[in-house]
Order: sequence, then C-alpha cells, then structure tokens
Amino acid sequence: MAIARQSEILRGARSTLRRTIIICLALLLVLLLTIVVSSVIGAERLPFASSLCALFSGGNSSCGLTPEQSAILFEIRLPRILLAASVGASLATAGAGYQALLRNPLAEPYLLGISNGAAVGTMVSLVFFGTGQTSEWLRPVMAFVGAIGSSFVVYQLARGRTGASPEKLILAGVIVTTFLSSVIVFITTMMDATRIRSFTFWLLGDLSGASTNLLTIAIIAAIFGGIVLTLHARSLNLMMLGERDAFDLGVEVERVRLIVFLGASLLVGASVASSGSVGYVGLVIPHLVRLSVGSDNRTVIPSAAFAGALFVIIADTIARTIIAPRELPVGAITALIGAPLFIFLLRRG
Amino acid sequence: MKVNESITTANCQLPTANCLLEARNISVNYGGRVAVADVSLRAMPGEVIAIIGPNGAGKSSLLRALNGAISISSGEILLDGQPLNSFARRVVGRRIAVVAQEAELRFPVTVMEFVLGGRYAWSSTGAFGWETERDVEVARAVLKETELESFASRLLSELSGGERQRAVLARALATEASVLLLDEPTANLDLAHQAALLRLVRERCLERSSAAVVVTHDINLAAEFADGVLLLMKGRTLAFGKPREVLTPELLQEVFEIEVLVDAHPVTGAPRITPVHIRSVPES
Repeated sequence: MAIARQSEILRGARSTLRRTIIICLALLLVLLLTIVVSSVIGAERLPFASSLCALFSGGNSSCGLTPEQSAILFEIRLPRILLAASVGASLATAGAGYQALLRNPLAEPYLLGISNGAAVGTMVSLVFFGTGQTSEWLRPVMAFVGAIGSSFVVYQLARGRTGASPEKLILAGVIVTTFLSSVIVFITTMMDATRIRSFTFWLLGDLSGASTNLLTIAIIAAIFGGIVLTLHARSLNLMMLGERDAFDLGVEVERVRLIVFLGASLLVGASVASSGSVGYVGLVIPHLVRLSVGSDNRTVIPSAAFAGALFVIIADTIARTIIAPRELPVGAITALIGAPLFIFLLRRG
Repeated sequence: MKVNESITTANCQLPTANCLLEARNISVNYGGRVAVADVSLRAMPGEVIAIIGPNGAGKSSLLRALNGAISISSGEILLDGQPLNSFARRVVGRRIAVVAQEAELRFPVTVMEFVLGGRYAWSSTGAFGWETERDVEVARAVLKETELESFASRLLSELSGGERQRAVLARALATEASVLLLDEPTANLDLAHQAALLRLVRERCLERSSAAVVVTHDINLAAEFADGVLLLMKGRTLAFGKPREVLTPELLQEVFEIEVLVDAHPVTGAPRITPVHIRSVPES
C-alpha cells in the first residue's frame, strides 16, 4: 500500500508534463468539434455535412452550399467563433494569472474592474480618435493601457502582508468598478445618440461587432499572452503561496509580477477592445480547471486557455440562438453562469 | 568539535576561514525606526546559531535581512565570503533556505507539490522547467526525514498545524541549501516534535557541514541545541557567544526584565533557565 502510493507520487511528479499535454490535446479536440458544430447552429441553420466539407476544404470548394450560406459560414460565423475562442482563452488565462498574483481564487478581470479600465481606454480611443480604419489599432493599445492602470490600482488597494484578503480584494474591485463605470457613463454622454445602444451592448460583452483587424489582434494577443503566462507558471506556483516565500526560494518576484501583470493586461485589453467586457470567464474556468487538474499553474494556465475558449463559444452560441433571430450579449450568458458560482465560492471562503 | 571555538574567535577574512554566512555591522531601518542596529554574526559549517530576545527586539528583521528579503541600510552580508548582493536570486535560493512562520493557503496544493517548490532554484530550463527525477528523489528523502512520507499526496490544508510546520521545514530542506534560516520553527509544535525538529536541523548541519540560524523564544531549546547564542535587545547585540556565556542570570534579567534561575540541566549539562514567578498571594 505504502509502496504503491510512493511510486504513484513519483510517477505523478514526472508525468505532470505528459498529463498537461494530454489534457490540452483532449480539450483542443473538443474545441475543434465545438467550433464545427456551433458554426452550423444559428438563426439560419446550415446543412451539417456540406458545412463540414466546406470548412475542411478551407472555403475552396462550395460543397453544395449556396453562396449565401457560404458567406454566413465564412464571413459571419467563423470569425465570430474564432473571436469567442480568443476572448475566452484570454480571459480565462488572465484570470488564472491575476489569481496567482493576488493570491486569491476570486480575482477576476471583470469583477476587479480591470475590464472596465480596458473599456474606458477603448472608449477614449473611440471618442477622441474616431472609428476609422487607421485608428483601429489604437483601441487595443488604449485598452491595454486602461487594463494596466486599473490592475495597478486594484493591486495597491488590496495588497496586504499575507496577500489580498477576499473581502479587501472584492471591495477594491467594487471601488475601481464603480468609479470607472461613472467614467464610462460620462464618456457615453459625449457620444452621439445613435451609437449609445450598440455601446451598451458592447459593454456587456458582444462578439458581433469586431473587424478582421481586431480579430487578428485578439488571436495574436491570446496566443502571445497565454505563452508568456505559461512560461512563468512555475514561479506563479510559488508566488500564489506567498511572495516572500517565493523570494526565499529563488523567484525574482518583482520581475515575474511585472511580466505577468503586463501579460494579463494585454490579454484583457485585446479582448475588451474587440468584444467588450465579458464577465466571469476568468473566475469560472480557472476554478473548474483547478477542481479537475489541481493547482499547478503549468497545467492550469494552458488548460484554462482551451476550456475558456470552449466556454465562450458555447455561451455565445446560446446567446445568438436562444431568442433568435434576436441576440443577447454573450456577457449576459457568462454572468448568468458565473454569478451563482461566485456567490458559492465567496460563501465557502 | 572545533566549531564551538569558532563562534567568537573566527575571522572570516582569513583565507583559511570557512564562513558560510557572515553579517558585518548590519543595520535595518523601517522608515525612521531602527529595527536592527550594528549587529554582526557569523555561521560556520556545522553550527547552529540561536537568536533570542524579547518581542520587538528585531530578531525576525535580522533573520530576514540575512538572505536579502529585507534590505540593510548599512554594513554588509557575505555568503561564502562574497557579498550577498553579488549573487543572482536563484543562486541565493540554492544556498540559503528559510523556514518562515506559515503563510495563508488559499489554493489547494499537495504536500508533494509544496515540497517540490523547494527545488525551484535548481531548475535548469528556466522558470517553466519541470521537476527532474533527482528533484523528486530529494523531495522524497526530506519527506522521510520530516516523517511526512505518508502525507505526500494529501492536501496541505488538511494537515494539522504541526504537520504543516514540518512541511515548511521539508520544503526548506529540499533546497539543499548550506544555510538554513529558521523563524520560530517550533512555535506550533508539541514537546516531542520541538526537540525532533531541532535535532534534525542539528544533524543536517553536522552531516552536510551546513549552518543554521534560528530565531526562537524557547531559551531552553536554544541552550540545548545551539552552538552560539545571539542575545538581541532593541535591535542591538547584547551578547554573542556560547550558550554558557550568554545565558547568564544577569544578562537574561536585563533583557527580559524578569528574574530567572539558571542551573545546569541534570542530564545534558546545558544551561537550564527557569523564570521565577513571585506570586503576590500572601502566605497564610
């Protein structure tokens, strides 16, 4: 019995890498399957076999789809699904990153006001530099700056000797969120009335409005930010149990903290600039992932990226089909799932 | 052993000297407040040095300064004869390990994962690196030493205070550092485990020619296990020497402002300190 357990432990530590790869490959497979399935579901149902054939031919062959159906598939649904995937991956990995940095499993970009910071950045860019093609690249940059600013403020407000206590962290998040909300209201009044409705939608998280450029930026940011966070996962494993202990064990705490903050802010900035504030993804996904694979960030962060992508694709498919042909903002669906879980986690302490 | 003579006489500047860790006239300031003033100490291979003193004497600050966690305002710290700040963080992590008072745990980690954290500084492929077989071997060995083998796959949060304290020690031992800094390592332990922990530290120091610096409130344990005792008061060194020289009634009375009785332990011969509590109840 004891010997069996020992060899299990030995194997356990050695096979962490293999286990991570297996989990990620499995999630990737499910993700690809979900992308295919969700691309045929919608207000206009597409023929499954033909869509599958068209998707795998990369659009070179029509496979019996009408030009109209083909346009729906390749110009509307697929970009939107890819955006959902990158937003989900970004927010889930950013959430895992913030949780490790703030030593608190309740940390989440939306609840901490970091998404709002990015939203303010995006709106400032929209109001002062317009919506033209040339100023499009400026939106994610400003969103990134906004996310850095607000995460810095939250970190300063909430940090204590043993890390941010849940109460203090949530309170800091509420302060930052409400302050930035009033800034958002103020900026909204400076916009012309016809655009206000689409902005309200965007603020709740909306995947329908992104251009090809913003989609490209969101995908690149998700991959780049995810890799940066994963590379620092072992340091984060120690930092989430106490920065001073991590320092003692040889972690360059300040450098890692800066890099992870920048990486997480990049992830939040790019996803908010392209699709507004989709809430609770960064809370729900890392929590579920930790429940099933443990707390090792080297497994948690990459798994959360795939699981987050999966989650937002499914949530968005629900959002655009449940009251079709009208649509809900995807943030409404993620909040519907996330808020009860948040209350559960808070009560459990 | 010759280590006992070295405490007060060793000169780390001599090329023949083999000081693992030396602090020369270091001071630590918090804002304007002086926490540690002009303290020197050195730890030779095989030695256990105890830092004792009343609450707020600067014991922990001194200990934390020794591995650079708190920056010093004057003086210098030498690790193997080289200035501490000339080493990369990772190198210091391999040479100096700290057993701190336990931190708060909000993420579920297993004891094995926790102890493997001690191998961080040894990872060769950067911070992302996965543990090698050697890392796992070392972790298993220290789990055995700290009697935590059967807890390896348990969650740290499920352990009792004493078991967790041993896990913290196990993680520090897993670094294979030649200098151990311990901040009240026996605070959560029962009598048997207090002695067992210090015996383990003592043995490690002798076996591996490493050194330990222990902050403790337990003067009797210090008398029993330490080769050198540093008596600290208001951030200043009141005495530094062998337990017999430092743990005198006069010095202890001055520091703790309580009358103490010092005699020889009937079994070990080490100084035995007993506070004298004079009751204000009149005899009938």
